[in-house]
Amino acid sequence: MISAFDVIGPAMVGPSSSHTAGACRIGLITHHLFASPPVRAEIGLHGSFAATGSGHATDRAIVAGLLGLAPDDARIKDSHALAESRGLRFTITAVDLGDEAHPNSARVAAESAGGESHVLEAASTGGGMIEVRSVDGYATSFGGRSETLLLWHADTPGFLAKVTTLLACAEANIATIRTSRHGRGADAFSVIEVDQPLPEDCLSVMSRMSAVRALRHFPRLP
Amino acid sequence: MNYETAAQLLELCRKRGLTISEVALQREAAEQDAAPELLLDRMKTHYRTMKESIRRGLEIDTSSPSGLSGGDAKKLWDYAHSGRPLMGPALTRTIAYGFAVLEHNAQFGRIVATPTAGSAGIVPACLLSLEENEGLDEDGAARALFTAAGIGIVIGKNACFSGARGGCQAEVGSASCMAAAAIVEALGGRPEQACEAAAFALMNTLGLVCDPVGGYVEVPCVSRNGMFAVHSFLAATMALAGTRCIIPLDEVILAMRDIGRRMPRALKETSEAGLATTPSGLKFKPGPPSESR
Repeated sequence: MISAFDVIGPAMVGPSSSHTAGACRIGLITHHLFASPPVRAEIGLHGSFAATGSGHATDRAIVAGLLGLAPDDARIKDSHALAESRGLRFTITAVDLGDEAHPNSARVAAESAGGESHVLEAASTGGGMIEVRSVDGYATSFGGRSETLLLWHADTPGFLAKVTTLLACAEANIATIRTSRHGRGADAFSVIEVDQPLPEDCLSVMSRMSAVRALRHFPRLP
Repeated sequence: MNYETAAQLLELCRKRGLTISEVALQREAAEQDAAPELLLDRMKTHYRTMKESIRRGLEIDTSSPSGLSGGDAKKLWDYAHSGRPLMGPALTRTIAYGFAVLEHNAQFGRIVATPTAGSAGIVPACLLSLEENEGLDEDGAARALFTAAGIGIVIGKNACFSGARGGCQAEVGSASCMAAAAIVEALGGRPEQACEAAAFALMNTLGLVCDPVGGYVEVPCVSRNGMFAVHSFLAATMALAGTRCIIPLDEVILAMRDIGRRMPRALKETSEAGLATTPSGLKFKPGPPSESR
């Protein structure tokens, strides 16, 4: 579903919607995967991101996103210095994610001080819109255009039924839901996009479910 | 209230006696479960950001970090007020506005991606021109932005806005297409005329490649935003005059997608060909990304 505000917007710091705003949002989603901010990141730029990324400030924008800055934050251009002051160490290299990858793609592997680590692959699909293609090796598809709930969980019978019941009790309308797993009965990853912000008590109950390894949620990306 | 194609959009307009702008606004209100007034206010905020980016761009008298742009919007503004500008003061100012947004953008300024940053000057330049010369007020500008969005949604669903995927036609072509429709509706034209204007604008940008010098969103992007703002007025003029556009907008959009797919990768935002690899262009080529802190 493309919104009128996907076409007209976002308000953003230049110079490129896909290479700057989209890159910032990729960093921002990575930021949201963590309970506490990442302190180390390996940023891989693919295709046009690698070829023209420095001129478009892709390198600064992804780092800005990792720090939690929005695409219209004037500090994007100074994000590398800001990263240093906030204790985020990073590397940026050109990578090849294969022929199937969108020309504006990035792979971000990051780690927090507490040892939490995640790997995310995402594409910047134009006009600042993004699509996350995988998280921690799980194939997925979401773009941060709705309130988003991320669940790392055991693949157990009835898991989604319990989750959706909780969401129904909170009167949250589900827009999309997608689960992928490494194998039957193994670990799984679910992304649920909902229409309204989720109440804290609903999230709190969900996070205490025995199958849930980790739960993160974030509002529609700025 | 949802639609996938321009034909479906026009059908909705006809059935309900609405403009493209109104359909886009009602669709958004339903989808976001928000009051139309609130959404119009959000668009007004975008319009103010657009005008601010024009104002700031017209003040630029220094070079961008790459050295590729800066100060030309101001020159065009001065020329517009020089007494006898070749195309008249109004259109010359429109060119200046398109330049201004992109010059501001190149200096890490705040802009509104419309639909992208590299094409962010076209719609604002056209709307400010209408405000100055046709009495368009802020509410009218917000509604015109919904017309632009209404057409943009069709492009987004059937093609794309990404220069890396579709070349410049997907960015500047889309912006010019959206602006042409917005101009027509802002001047009281019918939805069908707006779609004709959009089709004229887009069909005459087909094949436009994305070969930015040094990979920066500056050459040819800055001048292209100025020039294609005028292109939108040309397309609107043709539609308002009743000129016949043989290929309907939906088919032009699919042609754009087809051309984008066939366009070589070297001409899609990789700066591996075209202007980027001319002797003068190569002087601005930066090194590969490699940074560590």
